[in-house]
Amino acid sequence: MSIEDKLSGLAGGLPDGISEGVALGTGLADGYDLYPSPLGEVVVTFNTEGVSSLDLATKGYETRFADRHGRRLLRAEPPADWGRHIPEAMEAGTPGRLPVDLRSRTAFENRVLHIAATIPRGEVRPYGWLAREAEKPGASRAVGSTMARNPIPLIIPCHRVVRSDGHLGEYSLGGPHNKWELLTHEGVEPARLVELAEHRVRVQGDPATGVYCHPTCHVIRASGQWNVVDFTSTAAAQSAGFRPCEVCRPG
Amino acid sequence: MDDLTAALAGDLDGAFPTLVESAGPGLYWGLRRLCGDHQEAEDLTQETFIRAYRSLGGFDRDRFDELRLSPWLWTIALNLGRNHLRSRSRRPTFVDLHEHAASEDPEPPDTVAWDDRLSALPINQRRAVVLRHVVGLGIGEISEATGRPEGTVKADIHRGLDRLRRVMEQEK
Repeated sequence: MSIEDKLSGLAGGLPDGISEGVALGTGLADGYDLYPSPLGEVVVTFNTEGVSSLDLATKGYETRFADRHGRRLLRAEPPADWGRHIPEAMEAGTPGRLPVDLRSRTAFENRVLHIAATIPRGEVRPYGWLAREAEKPGASRAVGSTMARNPIPLIIPCHRVVRSDGHLGEYSLGGPHNKWELLTHEGVEPARLVELAEHRVRVQGDPATGVYCHPTCHVIRASGQWNVVDFTSTAAAQSAGFRPCEVCRPG
Repeated sequence: MDDLTAALAGDLDGAFPTLVESAGPGLYWGLRRLCGDHQEAEDLTQETFIRAYRSLGGFDRDRFDELRLSPWLWTIALNLGRNHLRSRSRRPTFVDLHEHAASEDPEPPDTVAWDDRLSALPINQRRAVVLRHVVGLGIGEISEATGRPEGTVKADIHRGLDRLRRVMEQEK
């Protein structure tokens, strides 16, 4: 056998894993891994841009992902640069240092989702507040549908966005009972929100500071609940001489 | 333009997996013979394709017309320096759920001695010999991939083979 023949025998087929690695590196496929959450096991998907979706790890999530995103899913480890931030982002309920891939969303939806991500753990805000913060005060319905199509629930905390009348509203990740579950897990008492809603309380004022807040804002809660004043509208709070909180910006 | 290049020009995302399947084995085994390490060859192969994909996304019709896939891919592969490993931490890494782990070395052990023989060659001879006889590129393609004149490539191959023969004589 000539040396040339021996050299040509030193090649073979494509080793396993390379074409999958290329698909992940080019973004033709997203990777996924499973993580525990208060709602049970969830599937987190990611690509070179960041985390792209989160779904309950129930039957058919690969098909659901392919339908929604038009890419296939491969079991993978997240990029070493930021993969370790996934559990902490899920626990905090905000991306923090975790990059998120919202390229599939419109510019308005991006803005709304990023604002939703700023709602602190243990607090809720109405859809109308989010519309106002996004500088589209009349767009509560559009905000609602943006939340319904939030690709990364838990990490972008759409569970902290509730109806303006205080009722919890819909939740895309398995239904409203999961929203209740998550808010309870974060220390919000959903039953209290419903009770306030029944009394049509929208904001509460602290006589000591003259500031009114959303009822779950940490500023008003820090004041102690015993002497807060309930208001059915921001106008009522203002005419009683209160000014809006600069933290929760109740409008 | 060959069929695959035309397919890439028409539908990059749809045709790219075919490019990986057809050019992947040559790239991997060529790189494997050049660097002597499975993990590094795997990384370099993936990185070459990822860069190729990004470049192709910006190609216009003229660039596709003059594109010769194999030498172009090898230009990218040979230009990937040592710093390619940094980009690895920015992308997801595939986890093979079947037990024959993805990182398993596919190399039959009796051919490992070749890496020692090849590593005795100067880099230009080694590249030329591997691209010609392991990967199967033509002289013109190697010249294009390495940026060296065809005459020089021929001489590199000739000298490289001579040297390999001498090394093997000494082994006996």
